[in-house]
Amino acid sequence: MDEKIQNLKIMGITKRFPGVLACDAIDLEVGENQVFALVGENGAGKTTLMNMLMGLYQPDEGEIRINDRKVQFHTPAEAFAAGIGMVHQHFMLVPNMTVAENVALGAREFHSLGRLDLGGAKKRIKDISARYNLPVQPESYIWQLSVGEQQRVELIKTLCFGARFLILDEPTSALTPQETEELLDLLRRMSEDMSIIFISHKLQEVTSLSDQVGILRHGKMVFTGPTSAQSPAKLAALMTGHEVNLPKNECPEEGGLRMLSIKGLKVRSDRGFLAVDGLDLAIHSGEILGLAGVSGNGQKELADALAGLRPVESGVIDLEGRNITNLSPQEIISNGFGYIPEDRNHEGIVPSFSIKENLILKDFASPEFSQGPFLSLARADKYAQALKERYDIRSPSIKTQAGSLSGGNIQKVILARELARKPKVLVAVYPTRGLDMGAEEFIHTRLLELREGGAPILLISEELEELMNLSDRIAVIFKGRIIDTVRGCDATLKGLGLRMAGLVDGAEGGAA
Amino acid sequence: MRKSLAVIYVFLVSLAAILAAVGIGAFVLLILGADVVTVYRVILTEPLKDLFGITEILVRAVPLILVALGIAIAFRSGILNIGAEGQMQMGIIAAAAVAIALPTLPKYILLPLSLLAGALGGALWASIAGALKARLGVNEILSTLMLNYIAAQLYGFLLRGPMIDPAEIQMGSGTPQSVRLPKAVWIDRIIPGMRLHYGIVIALVLAVLVYLLLWRTTWGFKLRAAGAEPKAARYGGIKVERCILSAMILAGAFAGLAGAVEVTAVHRRAIEGISSGYGFSGIVVALFGGLHPAGIIPSALFLGLLLIGADMTQRAMSVPANMVLVLQGAVILSIISAKMFINDPYARDRFYRFVSRRGNEPH
Repeated sequence: MDEKIQNLKIMGITKRFPGVLACDAIDLEVGENQVFALVGENGAGKTTLMNMLMGLYQPDEGEIRINDRKVQFHTPAEAFAAGIGMVHQHFMLVPNMTVAENVALGAREFHSLGRLDLGGAKKRIKDISARYNLPVQPESYIWQLSVGEQQRVELIKTLCFGARFLILDEPTSALTPQETEELLDLLRRMSEDMSIIFISHKLQEVTSLSDQVGILRHGKMVFTGPTSAQSPAKLAALMTGHEVNLPKNECPEEGGLRMLSIKGLKVRSDRGFLAVDGLDLAIHSGEILGLAGVSGNGQKELADALAGLRPVESGVIDLEGRNITNLSPQEIISNGFGYIPEDRNHEGIVPSFSIKENLILKDFASPEFSQGPFLSLARADKYAQALKERYDIRSPSIKTQAGSLSGGNIQKVILARELARKPKVLVAVYPTRGLDMGAEEFIHTRLLELREGGAPILLISEELEELMNLSDRIAVIFKGRIIDTVRGCDATLKGLGLRMAGLVDGAEGGAA
Repeated sequence: MRKSLAVIYVFLVSLAAILAAVGIGAFVLLILGADVVTVYRVILTEPLKDLFGITEILVRAVPLILVALGIAIAFRSGILNIGAEGQMQMGIIAAAAVAIALPTLPKYILLPLSLLAGALGGALWASIAGALKARLGVNEILSTLMLNYIAAQLYGFLLRGPMIDPAEIQMGSGTPQSVRLPKAVWIDRIIPGMRLHYGIVIALVLAVLVYLLLWRTTWGFKLRAAGAEPKAARYGGIKVERCILSAMILAGAFAGLAGAVEVTAVHRRAIEGISSGYGFSGIVVALFGGLHPAGIIPSALFLGLLLIGADMTQRAMSVPANMVLVLQGAVILSIISAKMFINDPYARDRFYRFVSRRGNEPH
């Protein structure tokens, strides 16, 4: 049988790309049944390091040892053969195939003379799902599964390939808080059988799960040691190189003009049911209204309907006294509506367009950036350059393709565009999902600044701490309706959690 | 030093792609029992040996450039127009019909009118597929392809029936062709005795205009955004359906204009086979040219060279001129493969490592 991986060492690994030192003499050691958390901001070199462990890249210097024997992987297949399996941040699954087919696809042993041994694959899936208590139906199609379930399929797939050492690249970045909890429990159980490298920048997860932690900053390992001795705040400071203070909304006074009001709103989902079902909400100037809820309770449809991207079945949306229900996106934008969409990579930006082009995406036809039918490229250059500096968008130039940026920088491009337009109201959907602490801090600061300036913000999020830090009031959405609203400073994790599950006990917090 | 490596890498991949295309062609030629080296020499150099060959290349390049410009607009706007062949035939019919119906008009009115009619004919034909896509989401590859068949039948019917040259009926020969177009609609030839005509000027001017449209105007910005990421375009307030329809109409207008120029400058009557695959070769030219006017012009010239060269090899060495189609196919395959390699960070990394290891060896 395959030998257990008792010890994996990375010794002095260096990797250069044209113009960049991605990994600089990195040392790392993972012992038997250990969970090693690899922490760092976007672009610190975490994924590059792991790709070298998986044989996708070759290190320029240094070596990798397994059980004190030097190994060299030229392809991912060789890494798999040595028992190392990786679950990538972006799932590598074929949506219109079943779970069993996806597993059989990558495992040679289930291929025989041009046929797939699906029976064998199903049996293996059942064995593994029973062993680790990972419920999955081998016959389900991937597209039918939720993100959390797809994550499980990725894990099972990796285990079916015979992984005895797991690498997970930001496994929780797309999960809901509930799914994250389940995954962490699962990984705890799995660590009794194998070692795990867990890449994350969510420090709560790191402290709750890992034995050892390593912090990468700009390609250098700046810290390694046992996790138990570290607090999240200490880790955050090491990760970013400075003290991180997520800004807070000090508990505010009530009142302000009603800017955006929504009455009896009904909106259908893609699948045709009423995802928003008689929703009422009012947002006042100078306030951040947090919208809490388990994802899939109508948040996406609500935001789309507000932006004019989805038809409103009935009800009224009123922006500063003007009825904007079912207006075109263009008309709603010109009424001063700002929108940070959930899908930042494909809706918030045109990925193949330059940063500059994305910054003027909503205004290219305005007199500022056009002259008759022509674009005023020189003025757009100047504008984009100024925003790039003001919003600290890290890229070689404003002509860089926006799609090539990291998630945090993409979000900064979107934020820059929306805030520079001085919106009358801003809707932000999961604005910090998957981002590192530095980016999160930056975005929170900017949202609070906008609030100071008097513009109301509808903040849709699943991160309860984010909501509690920023919101003046928190409304809870459940099955397309607001079931309760509480003051931000009165909200508790427990109370919000109960309400998000559809329970209103009325025991705490006052309805606004 | 590393930056220049990136340039070298792209260059080497492109070189390998060209060699692969040449290799596939060579393989087919070997099967045909032809002398590979001589065939390539004839194709690539023979047309360039005299003025006639060079002007003929340009004659072929004119419709290729015009069609490819339209294709580039459509592809950049997110709609794949495979229907240039049919749109071109509708352009030929419309241009010829206007010229035949109004033979007494002076040249400075009739010629522009006829070219405009050609563009409109193509635009109208393309708008069917465009509207189906924008309104109902009908796959444009299917609809444009099918409209090609309808256009071909309509074209054949008109040339055999309503538009046939009465002389053909009198003589009883029945060749499917229209009467000769009035002189007032002829596009002049540039060099006596050669077919090269002023349509080349139209093509070059339009190439510049297409560049300006796509990259310098707000309309072009809209079209490119709608094509690159419709979801983000919609979010940004752009009416994507309208972009799709207008891009398709423009593409059809360019194909129709290509037909109109071809009939008024080269053939001077509507006959069968004027479009002769330009509608499809135009797609190759557009892709090979990177969907950019500055790339489309040289790639149209290159394909023109292949077309003429293949004609010559057919005459000189009895290798079928359809070999060009094989080479076209090989070129497309190579371009697509080369793009995969150029965009693959892992392949690029292996190349850098290979080079730097060589560089570090003791001399």
